[in-house]
Amino acid sequence: MRNTARRAVQVVCVLTTASLLAACGAGKERPSEDGTAVGVTDTSIKVGAHFPLTGPAAPGYSEIPSGHQAFYEYVNDNGGVHGRDIEMVVKDDAYNPTNTSAVTNDMILQDEIFAMVGGLGTPTHRAVVQRLNDDGIPDLFVSSGSLQWGDDPAGSPMTFGWQPDYEIEGKVIGQYVKENMPDAKVGLFLQDDDFGEDGEKGARQFLDAQIVDVQKYTPGGSTDFSPQMSSFKSKGVDLVIGFNTPSYTALSQIAAQGVGFKSKWFYSNVGSDPALVGGLLASMTKGKIPAEQGVKLMDGMMTTEYIPGVDAPDDEWVKLWQKVWDEYSKKGSEKLTNYRIYGMSQAYTFVQALQANGKDLTRESIVETIEKEGASFEGPGLAPFRFSEDSHLGISGMSVVEIKNGASEPLTPVLVTDIGDAAIEEDDSAASDVPPSSGIPE
Amino acid sequence: MQQFLDTTLGGLVLGAVYAAFALALCLIWRSTRIVNFAQAAMAMVTTYIALSLINADVPYWVAFMAAIAAGFGLGAVIERVIIRPVEGKAELNAVILTLGLFMVLHGLTAITFGVQHRGFPAPVGTSAISVGDTSIGITPFGILTIVVVALVMAGLVVLFRFTDLGLRMRAAAFNGEVSRLLGVRVGRMLTLGWALAAAVGAVAGMLIAGGDLVNPAFMDPFVIYGFIAAVLGGLDSPLGSVIGGLILGLSLSYVTGYVGEHLAPLVALGILMVVLLVRPSGLFAAAAARRV
Amino acid sequence: MERLRSIIRPVASVPLARHLVVALVAFVVAMAVIGSSSQYLQTRYAEMAYFAIAAGGLTLLTGLSGQLSLGHGALMAVGAYAATLVLERTGGETLADVFVALLVAIAVCAVVGVVVGVPAARLHGPYIAGATLTLAVAVPRLANQWEVFGGEQGLQVSVPRATDLPAWIQDLVWFFTAVEIDQYSFLAYLGWLLLAITFVALANLSRSRVGRRWRAVRDDDVSAELAGIHLGRARVVAFTVSAMAAGLAGGLMAMNVRLTAPGAFTITLSLTLLAAVVLGGLGSLTGALIGAGVLAFLPKFATDLGESVGLSATQAAEVTPVVYGLVLMLVILLAPAGIVGSLRTFLARSPLGSTKEKTT
Repeated sequence: MRNTARRAVQVVCVLTTASLLAACGAGKERPSEDGTAVGVTDTSIKVGAHFPLTGPAAPGYSEIPSGHQAFYEYVNDNGGVHGRDIEMVVKDDAYNPTNTSAVTNDMILQDEIFAMVGGLGTPTHRAVVQRLNDDGIPDLFVSSGSLQWGDDPAGSPMTFGWQPDYEIEGKVIGQYVKENMPDAKVGLFLQDDDFGEDGEKGARQFLDAQIVDVQKYTPGGSTDFSPQMSSFKSKGVDLVIGFNTPSYTALSQIAAQGVGFKSKWFYSNVGSDPALVGGLLASMTKGKIPAEQGVKLMDGMMTTEYIPGVDAPDDEWVKLWQKVWDEYSKKGSEKLTNYRIYGMSQAYTFVQALQANGKDLTRESIVETIEKEGASFEGPGLAPFRFSEDSHLGISGMSVVEIKNGASEPLTPVLVTDIGDAAIEEDDSAASDVPPSSGIPE
Repeated sequence: MQQFLDTTLGGLVLGAVYAAFALALCLIWRSTRIVNFAQAAMAMVTTYIALSLINADVPYWVAFMAAIAAGFGLGAVIERVIIRPVEGKAELNAVILTLGLFMVLHGLTAITFGVQHRGFPAPVGTSAISVGDTSIGITPFGILTIVVVALVMAGLVVLFRFTDLGLRMRAAAFNGEVSRLLGVRVGRMLTLGWALAAAVGAVAGMLIAGGDLVNPAFMDPFVIYGFIAAVLGGLDSPLGSVIGGLILGLSLSYVTGYVGEHLAPLVALGILMVVLLVRPSGLFAAAAARRV
Repeated sequence: MERLRSIIRPVASVPLARHLVVALVAFVVAMAVIGSSSQYLQTRYAEMAYFAIAAGGLTLLTGLSGQLSLGHGALMAVGAYAATLVLERTGGETLADVFVALLVAIAVCAVVGVVVGVPAARLHGPYIAGATLTLAVAVPRLANQWEVFGGEQGLQVSVPRATDLPAWIQDLVWFFTAVEIDQYSFLAYLGWLLLAITFVALANLSRSRVGRRWRAVRDDDVSAELAGIHLGRARVVAFTVSAMAAGLAGGLMAMNVRLTAPGAFTITLSLTLLAAVVLGGLGSLTGALIGAGVLAFLPKFATDLGESVGLSATQAAEVTPVVYGLVLMLVILLAPAGIVGSLRTFLARSPLGSTKEKTT
């Protein structure tokens, strides 16, 4: 031990001398920030995003990045954007905010991404917004409808939403229910975070008097919702409005059956994909009925729609997605799904922004471009974006639909609105946009 | 009232599964004086084996039996290969060893079967049973759960009370040295104890998975709840384990239904501490005080 | 050289002085390494520091006083939430805010340590394992129950920007490392400074009368009691000290992750800490440091290895827990003394090591 201590002191002396020398050699000049955009070269752009590839939110959502990647490959094979290929890094956060923080750290420091594009989830992405904005990294088209991505451009100047926010979705749902089911006793089934909170805020604008019960769940917590459904049942709820992710749509249905609770169901867009939820339901049910029949279990449920999906194969956009997917899906056996369409639609908007930005690409310029020109981007969205210097909120409207045989039948025209007490108006103008013949935005 | 009834019935079904699980822990404790913290992970593995069979269109009940057989084999192998060296050694060693096993089984299952949430079918209906116009909060699958646990319990009673094998197992657990002198193959009896326990654990896994989503972490709550149920019953008494499981299931169901899901583990901890500090030998043990 | 030796000898013979010298050396080395590393590696070193602090507390508890705690993840959660709530109120913009937050985290954990330690002192073996494991599950869930803790999505943590730090720190770091301090290196330096201080404190404690009492209780509680040691009190003190270390670690973790949410404090975290101290060797602070290094650097290595043998990214992420589990099992089955203990035994047996003093 004495030897150790002696050697230790020697080491201290050597190190101190060495660091003194190093310090002297370095002189007094301190380096200054240089202006080159990280992650961009003359031939490439590197972007990244966190998705739940595992965990309770993975069913469905884990397919979104494959849509992004397929569309970028399609663009790259057709010459890229201003001569640059787009490369996307995808990291799994298991829908756990702590993991999101860790993988975002890795993407910034190790992968050195230019921007985050499509990072998914309200509780998850919320954990990294401040970090991305502090470091001046563009945080584009978050895959979530929380208000916080777009209602405070001064506080989070680098962050942009994409899909309609949950408040306007809550408003549209609320108004529809109030007009068409004025006697319904409404129960809210909410994810216990900003996602549920924003939805509730919108719905209460119209349904405050009709809401008789509010039940919440924690993603990653218990999967048995009998207590919640029992509560709905005992309060006489006959219409449940759910702001939840797809697995929880299936689990709430199973729990409702388990306690004998019968009701009409109205799920927010993010939790309502008939193919996915139907498949999950089928796999949990007695005797494992085939997944294709599972979609029947969704019949009569209501939801909203803001981009065309797989149930509209003749839509020009869906034709484009189908073509891209057939050509560029990594595993040929997997089908085009609504989640992959969502990813491709988002990727389309990103390519559109890069095109509009021009050849000189910096982190500041892409933000400026979207603020200035984003509102006029034509795309698959049924309603236009709201992007401006004062708002970074995404698509401005949706239509209410009912699910029948796995397809959605519109109950209303496209309803366009904004947060707060902005009126809800019919506006089909953006729904008629068609993709350019090349399939790549100009 | 309706909600109270539903919550109670739900608690009974949940309690039945905890009971089965506590029973498994109790079997192992009786044979080797070890608390198997890997029990939940072992049951998860056998449930995944069953799920793979079901997805390969094997009939549910065949897969059910396969899970039990797999549990039996897994338990025996684990006792022989991993646990034997620490039997009778410092109790800290066995605890750390089974926790390590928990992590290994967890990770290997995730690597082999994937971490995705997957639907697990039930053999009978999962919709509430209706009496006249009102539905009551129990499903055919819930009733099946209670029946199966009762059958397992009865089977173990028969084994230990009325068969020669059961007598030898009890003797081996009670006093290894004396039993060995009397010609009981003690090592084999201990292995059998672990194998039986893992088979019972496998049943619990099948019952909790039915009509739900499974992922490699789906049995994790049982690591603590199974342990608490077993301690409630005194760890030594099979009947105590079953009653402990039912008490815990009901308590947690009421807490979840009326107070909040997030407080359930805290309440469980409270129950555990009260039992350990006030009545360390469990609620039902007749034996002298035990050292906790 | 001879003169130098005559100065060193008295220093080396006093434990406190010796520990201080070793800690100072370690800190200077750490500073040099951190200063010359990439930002990514700096985040790993910062992580290693807070894991080492937590593991140091745990190894003292389990190794010296013989109590197993699987609840240290919960104690880290308490520390993390305490520090986060303080930073939320003070703004977290100055160095003083950071230290106040960490002190509060330590203080709160001391109280929790007593509350948990008193009943835990009466339990042993599987019972204390089960009880503390339940604690590890129960405590983080409380964050979902009360709004002040921010629910599942947690609370954001604000940390001072490098430019908000006092000028002398900026100059000092610049002088020693020739690299401008930034948020990442600041957190790494802070972590290693506190690690050095914590380890000096823990090492002294374990060499002191208190430490000898703990060992006496661990080895034979009946004799210890006959010798006049109050068993319960000795165990509660050990638990409290250990909880304070976990609280400090939790506070640092919050600042590094910049988010405090229940999802960070899983059963796996507690088991991972256990793996670190078992791997290093129960009771050894050096072992705890080695274990913490493994925790900070293994995940990336194991994941890359998994992917290189053809596992998908999500499967490869599971290689790490398998390794931790295997470590726990293999150490218990093959080398119950852990790395440091086994090495010591080996050195003691070999002719090379036999001349050296073997106490630490």
